[in-house]
Amino acid sequence: MFESVINGISALAIPIVIVVIPVYAYFKKVKVYEVFVEGAKEGFQIGVKIIPFLVAILAAIGVFRASGAMDLLVKILGPVTDAIGMPAELITMAIMRPLSGSGALGVMTELVNTHGADSMIGRMASTMMGSTETTFYVLAVYFGSVSIKNERHAVPAALLADLTGIIAAVFICNMVF
Amino acid sequence: MINIIWLALLVIGVIMAVVTSITTGSFDPLVQVTDALFNQSKTAVDLAIGLIGLMALWLGLMKLAEESGLIDLIAKAVRPIMVRLFPEIPADHPAMGAMIMNIAANMLGLGNAATPLGLKAMQELQKLNEKAETATNAMVTFLAINTSSVTIIPATVIGIRVSAGSGNPAEIIGTAIFATTCSTIVAVTAAKLFSKLPRFQLKPEDV
Repeated sequence: MFESVINGISALAIPIVIVVIPVYAYFKKVKVYEVFVEGAKEGFQIGVKIIPFLVAILAAIGVFRASGAMDLLVKILGPVTDAIGMPAELITMAIMRPLSGSGALGVMTELVNTHGADSMIGRMASTMMGSTETTFYVLAVYFGSVSIKNERHAVPAALLADLTGIIAAVFICNMVF
Repeated sequence: MINIIWLALLVIGVIMAVVTSITTGSFDPLVQVTDALFNQSKTAVDLAIGLIGLMALWLGLMKLAEESGLIDLIAKAVRPIMVRLFPEIPADHPAMGAMIMNIAANMLGLGNAATPLGLKAMQELQKLNEKAETATNAMVTFLAINTSSVTIIPATVIGIRVSAGSGNPAEIIGTAIFATTCSTIVAVTAAKLFSKLPRFQLKPEDV
C-alpha cells in the first residue's frame, strides 16, 4: 500500500506538473510559448556552467576508484553501512553532499553511470541528491550576506537534518525498490 | 573542506596506484589511473551536454510558474504554517513573504531563483535582529528548513538519470519526497530544541 503510494506519486508528478503549469499560465494570460522559450534559454547556460565542476570531481573519483583506493575504503567502512542497509559505495556521496552541490552531483553521476541508474545504488544516490542540500554552502552564503559571525545552533541542526535525510533515503529505497 | 577532499582523492589514488604497481611488479594500476583521468573528463562533458535539454524544459516550465503567479499561490497556501514556525516574526513582515517565496522556489527545484529570495529573507530577518553578529532563532530555523531542502521535483537529478539511460528516471520523486520530509521535520525540531540548550542560549552580555 505504502509502496504503491510512493510509486504513484513518482509516476504522476511530472505529467501533472507539465499540464497544470502551462494551463494555469494560459488562463492567467501569460504568453505560454514565448515565456517557456525564454526560461528554457537558461538551461543551456547551466549545462555548460557545470562542466568544469563535473570534470574536476569525476576525474578525482576516477583516479581514486581505478587505483583500488575506493575498494579499500569500502572494505573498511562496509560493516558500519551494512548495519543500516546502505551500500558502502554511497559513502563518498554521503560525505560530499553537505560540502559541495556540484561535487555531490559529480559523485551521483559517477555512481549512476558505474552501477546503472536503475540499480539500488543508483536509486539511493538519486534519492539522496534530490532530498538534501549543500548545507555548508548555504550557511556560508546566507549568514555571510548579513555578516552573522555567531551562527549558534545552525550547524548541528542542519547536519542532523542531513544525516536524517541520508538514513531516510536508504530506508525508503530499501523498502520501495 | 571540499579542497581537502578533492586533493585527498587524487593524492591517495596516485599513491595507492604507485604502491600496487611496486608490489605487483606491473605498471597496470598506473595505466588504469591515467585511463580513468582521460575517460572521466570526456564523460563529464557528454553528461553536461545530455543534461541541457532537460534543464531547458524544466526552466521553461518554471518561468511559466513564475510569470503566471503560481509561485505566489503556493506562498499563500503555506502562510499559516509559517506563522507557527516563526512566532517571533510578525505575520505581515516582509521577512515572512521572502521566506515563503524562497521555500516555494526550493520546493519546485528552482535553485537559481531561490537563492536571491533567501538572501532577501536574511536581510529582512537581520532588521529584526538586536545583536547584529549573532543569529536569531528565526534565522537558524529558516536556514535549517532551507538546507534540509524541501524539494518536490528534483529536476537535475532526473536529468542525469535520463542521460544515464534510466528506464524510469522519475521513479525517485516519491522516495525523495519521503526523505526530504523526514529531514525537514528533524531540521525544524532540532532548530527549536537546540535553541533552548544552554550552549546556544543568547547571553545577556552579548546584547
